[in-house]
Amino acid sequence: MITGALLSATDLGMIRGERILFRNVSLAAHAGEAIVLRGANGAGKTTLLRILAGLTRPETGSVDRAASHHWIAHREGLKPHETPRTHLGLWARAWGAPTDQIDAVLKKMVLIRPSDVSARHLSAGQRRRTALARLLLQERPVWLLDEPLTALDADGRELLLSMISEHRLRGGAIIAAIHGDAGFDSSREVTI
Amino acid sequence: MSASPILSAFRQALTEAWAGGAGALMPLGFFAGAAVLVPLGIGTDPTTLRAVGPGILWVALALASLVTLERIFQADVEDGALDLWLQTGAPASMIAAAKAFAHWLTAGLPLAILSPIFALMFQAKADTSLLAHMGLYALGGLAFFFWGGVGAALSATVRRGGLLISLIALPLYVPTAIFGALAMSGGPGSTGAPLFLAASTLFALAVAPFAMGAALRLAAD
Repeated sequence: MITGALLSATDLGMIRGERILFRNVSLAAHAGEAIVLRGANGAGKTTLLRILAGLTRPETGSVDRAASHHWIAHREGLKPHETPRTHLGLWARAWGAPTDQIDAVLKKMVLIRPSDVSARHLSAGQRRRTALARLLLQERPVWLLDEPLTALDADGRELLLSMISEHRLRGGAIIAAIHGDAGFDSSREVTI
Repeated sequence: MSASPILSAFRQALTEAWAGGAGALMPLGFFAGAAVLVPLGIGTDPTTLRAVGPGILWVALALASLVTLERIFQADVEDGALDLWLQTGAPASMIAAAKAFAHWLTAGLPLAILSPIFALMFQAKADTSLLAHMGLYALGGLAFFFWGGVGAALSATVRRGGLLISLIALPLYVPTAIFGALAMSGGPGSTGAPLFLAASTLFALAVAPFAMGAALRLAAD
């Protein structure tokens, strides 16, 4: 069990081109917390999430990752030939997670019917559900979510919100970039 | 560090190469096309064909590897898979090497295996040297795919990066092409050439993964 922040960032600053995207951004996510990132289009929410995930190097500041994280972004990471089942199987194996839980995960995400349809024929919502299903493959304390509600229907939204609250109850933390109503009580909002 | 992300990357690249349908067949068709058209272009004199045959096959192998590699990393950038691979904790260089190796296996190795048939089309004598040549094509092809992977990784964020890949990779192909063709020429220096070919392939295997890994980290940045 990790005491203290699961993920914390100090004095992050980022320059894109000639422009300062943001600076002096600090945040810390503790167990059970949900941090919502706010900002206009192009303010740098996605960039900030990429920095937190370790994909992009910040111009200033540092990120301390005390716990492992899941990454859900606009680009779902599905290959055109992959089906929800093969996608989850691939990542379960890549992460060393058990593969016998995949049926249960597909069922929970209501992906049983399209489970063997290749991604190029899936709807945007089904692709998004497939990506979100990765969250259930392996227990990881921090979820980094970039606009997770995009493309989801009302049922999908409910499903994700219940996943988020269960995750927080289990002692996980969430950092999400969200436009409009988050649908859950955020511990803190960070505006950039 | 566990090896499972690397194995999974290899498996994904393998299915990806086959899933395109023509994925593995395209370089083969390319190779066959070159082998068929060249005799039409330079005439059918058996001595000439026998002399240029191995060289033509090396060129076709090099170009076929470039055709295959054009999109391997670009697709990963576009569909977000690269972000996921970079967060597995496995070194980016090993992920990239697994992918380059998988593409050599689906597109490069079949070309090497079929090389005796193409060699016969170039009036080569049907003897055991064709089998030795098969090994040389397989070995040299591996270097082509790893260097080509460097070009592909560096141009992963560039649309229509095919030209860029060629410009980056072709100079790196030169040692392999020189020693490969020399090993088959039977002329002066040809006895040591297979060892130099092997050395250049080992060099590619040792260096290219790190270049690919660094380029992919940069592409995600």
